[in-house]
Amino acid sequence: MKIRVWINEKLYEDEVAADLMLIDYIRSKGYYSVKRGCETTNCGLCTVWLEGVPVLSCAVLAVRAHGKKVTTLEGLEEEARVFGDFLAKEGAEQCGFCSPGFIMNVLAMKRELKNPGEQDIKAYLAGNLCRCTGYMGQLRAIQAYLQEEA
Amino acid sequence: MITIKEYFVANSLEEAYNKLVSGKNNSILGGMMWLRMQNKRVPVAIDLSQLGLNQIEEKEDVIEIGAMTSLRQMEESKVLEAYFGPLFKEAFSHIVGTQFRNTATIGGSVFSRFGFSDPLTVLLALDVKVELYGAGIMSLEKFMKLPPKKDLLVKLILRKQNLKAVYKCQRQTATDFPNLTVCISKTDHHYKIVVGARPSKAKLAYSGMKKLQDGCEIDEVAEAVVRELNFGTNIRASKDYRMHLAKVLVRRGLEELI
Repeated sequence: MKIRVWINEKLYEDEVAADLMLIDYIRSKGYYSVKRGCETTNCGLCTVWLEGVPVLSCAVLAVRAHGKKVTTLEGLEEEARVFGDFLAKEGAEQCGFCSPGFIMNVLAMKRELKNPGEQDIKAYLAGNLCRCTGYMGQLRAIQAYLQEEA
Repeated sequence: MITIKEYFVANSLEEAYNKLVSGKNNSILGGMMWLRMQNKRVPVAIDLSQLGLNQIEEKEDVIEIGAMTSLRQMEESKVLEAYFGPLFKEAFSHIVGTQFRNTATIGGSVFSRFGFSDPLTVLLALDVKVELYGAGIMSLEKFMKLPPKKDLLVKLILRKQNLKAVYKCQRQTATDFPNLTVCISKTDHHYKIVVGARPSKAKLAYSGMKKLQDGCEIDEVAEAVVRELNFGTNIRASKDYRMHLAKVLVRRGLEELI
């Protein structure tokens, strides 16, 4: 099937297989921030935005992105860098493998929720797993970041 | 892992239904969240996203929810909140994660009749009908008892009720499948008690409901619920543990509700 997809504002047109997953399509275009962490639709690492809405690209068919705009971490470089500094200041990251999907969801949350409390933040980000930490550093980083950006 | 040969975007319900029944393994796609993990070869995957089924519409006596509505849309819906309070938010927010619920559809959840389903536990405690393209309109409870048959779920029809409800579940960790789910609703006239993830699919507990109606004590009601329903063992929890959980969650739910 022929698809037209915008990835980070750049238009791609391709003939793709019906069962190609969006994650594999995006990676084939060189956007390597999008990764598989679990393959059971659980870890949040493959998070991208589809028309601005965070989704798991490992569970979305590439054909379903036809005519739509996909945003990956590469498309949000400056914003991601700013939040990344907050993560670093709190010592939140250890191996960093889960960061791309996590940052995509944090930035989506920032757009969607107004003044989220601690429980709102935890609920919104519950689907982003980190296996090194206990999430406390991330939580401090998010709270400091949201406060500064408010 | 699933393989799909052809992707078919339907332009009408009729077209979708005809395509579905034209081949034994043709499948309707909901959010594809669980479908994709099955070992299945699908000759034609049918997409309903062009049919405007992703809407929650308020009608005079009912609220209609299209089959392609995402779980997150339901959780965030002001219309549903107005009639059912935070019920959907409380029940759905445990399901995997925000990103997952942005694409998981209510049609996929309901039609698949998964045992672990939080949505089915909640919906059974309300007054819900399903509209199927082939079999027509029937109560959700009746639909859940039917053997699996190819059909196209169009929408859910929720009757507006003056209702209070509580949702309880227990999970090994946040966002995991539930070990047990309980929803109890109360209207002016009667109570409904639903227990799901036993691990088989959600069911109404009529003997417990009757005891409640007759004014029995909460512990007696919980005992009756556990006696009536069947519980089983799987990788997450044993039968005995589930029976214990059911008693506790039903009791807690009733204490909150009464």
